Amino acid sequence: MLDDELRELYQDVILDHQQDPRNFGPMQHPTHHAEGFNPLCGDRIRLELDMDGDRIRQVSFTGAGCAISTASASLMTEALTGKTRAEAEAVSQDFRDLVTGRLRDTEDGETAETSRLGKLYVLAGVQQFPVRVKCATLAWHTLAAALNEEKPEPVTTE
Amino acid sequence: MFDSVECNSMETLVSPLENTKFDVDAVRRDFPILASRIHGHPLVYLDNAATTQKPQAVIDAIVNYYTSTNANIHRGVHQLSVDATRMHDNARAKVKSFLNADDVAEIIFVRGATEGINLVASTFGKQQVGPGDEVVVTAMEHHSNIVPWQVLCEQQGATLRVVPIDEQGQLLWEDFESLINKRTKLVAVTHVSNALGTVNPIREIVDLCHQHGAAVIVDGAQAAAHMTVDVQDLDCDFYVISGHKLYGPTGIGVLYGKRELLESMPPYQTGGDMISSVTFEKTTYNTLPHKFEAGTPDIAGAIGLGAAIDYLRELDWPAVCAHEEELLTHATDALSAINGVRIIGTADQKRAVLSFVIEGAHPHDIGTILDYEGIAVRTGHHCAQPVMERFGIPATTRISLGLYNTRDEIDAMVCAINKVKEVFRC
Ligand SMILES: Cc1ncc(COP(=O)(O)O)c(C=O)c1O
Repeated sequence: MLDDELRELYQDVILDHQQDPRNFGPMQHPTHHAEGFNPLCGDRIRLELDMDGDRIRQVSFTGAGCAISTASASLMTEALTGKTRAEAEAVSQDFRDLVTGRLRDTEDGETAETSRLGKLYVLAGVQQFPVRVKCATLAWHTLAAALNEEKPEPVTTE
Repeated sequence: MFDSVECNSMETLVSPLENTKFDVDAVRRDFPILASRIHGHPLVYLDNAATTQKPQAVIDAIVNYYTSTNANIHRGVHQLSVDATRMHDNARAKVKSFLNADDVAEIIFVRGATEGINLVASTFGKQQVGPGDEVVVTAMEHHSNIVPWQVLCEQQGATLRVVPIDEQGQLLWEDFESLINKRTKLVAVTHVSNALGTVNPIREIVDLCHQHGAAVIVDGAQAAAHMTVDVQDLDCDFYVISGHKLYGPTGIGVLYGKRELLESMPPYQTGGDMISSVTFEKTTYNTLPHKFEAGTPDIAGAIGLGAAIDYLRELDWPAVCAHEEELLTHATDALSAINGVRIIGTADQKRAVLSFVIEGAHPHDIGTILDYEGIAVRTGHHCAQPVMERFGIPATTRISLGLYNTRDEIDAMVCAINKVKEVFRC
């Protein structure tokens, strides 16, 4: 029998995104890109953005990773499509707060942050697995690097 | 959906073990940590290649030393210092006989295998390897037996060459032979691979290298706990081990070196203890092994390592080795029988390490699910990224055995792997 915490971590939405990642594959002409690496587990991700001025027209990723990092990247690409840079950065902050357990749970759910996170909320189970937080945030760290593309070095979670 | 795995049916999948004289239950009682529960389950510790657990005898030796003998060594006229010095010397003598070195002068205490390798690189390496020379490593080395040589070669204008491995994870012998030539100054090779479990034919390698005048340093970090090591029989020039992978404490390890080489090498670090006289004009270095042990050493660590060796010596060593071999065979058979499991490292000669991947499940996720069942394994590249590259995978799940592991623990691990397959529907 698997316990609730594990069940919550590996819920269907996450497994679905792991097995069938959305926006997966290289982009023809990205305007921004960055690479991320988690040396602890060998996960690698390359994130590509097609920016229309301040707005993200399209996001895609390639790479190999665990279920958590793959699902997080896949869900991220869905969540960010059409967002402005500022909106993307706000979601990114909320997401990091969520998986590190810093997003306060209110009794009856819906805060501004949780509603802004939408489907990304399925990764809340990562809170119970502190060693996996880096898996969940790899794509988001890489996003930050892509949006501030001056950095030539691949980002790492270490 | 997650709880339908029937675990008792495992029995039919695997061949029964032969009976051994080895009483694993008795041994388990010597290791207090093995009684722990993790996430509500009994601890199943299968990460012994990372570090082994410590028997009570080792824990007691360290506690007793600090409780009743603590003093600095080699420098006191007082009783405690004399006692501490004697205990430290005894520990060195135990290591000497454990490795069957010729002389205690050949046993240098260091922090671990990593420091032992770095010591050789920065002394012998700097002295012997020059522009145009070559240093040879193998494709299955731990990063700690790659990077020091890479850096040395860069600094000295030498070339690093790599012996490739085959699909089973064994050295390609013909390539090895053709890589060694008169420019080869040093060959660095692991005795047992931490990522694959492969045992390398050290004596043959040493013969080959010595024919060409190359010295050999053997990384014994993964070997010493699983086989008898006889450095004179191996005839290697240097051999390194880590105490913490040998049921001893962290922070202590050993560099064995042939006496004549150690004598001719420049010192590693400088300071107290490694000198025989100092004036502002000139310093004379101390004799071996002290020449390589600057400063106050990890006295308690050395004593703990000595206690670990004593502990191991009291066991029936051939029976321990047979027990581990049976467990490895059992685990290999059971995992191979699972659909989608691919074992990475299938050398004819293997010890204690079993790396694998599962189609459709990433090692990191496997590790989390196993941990939830109280099963400690290592996932990742195991500090051997070139090995991962060779097999075209980013990471593996690795179980690694210790003398206290049981057949039931292997079965629990196999059962948890079936749960992983449930979760990921693979
Ligand atoms: C084959 C091998 N060599 C060297 C080392 C480094 O040992 P330490 O970290 O104790 O210095 C390890 C440790 O994992 C190892 O497995």
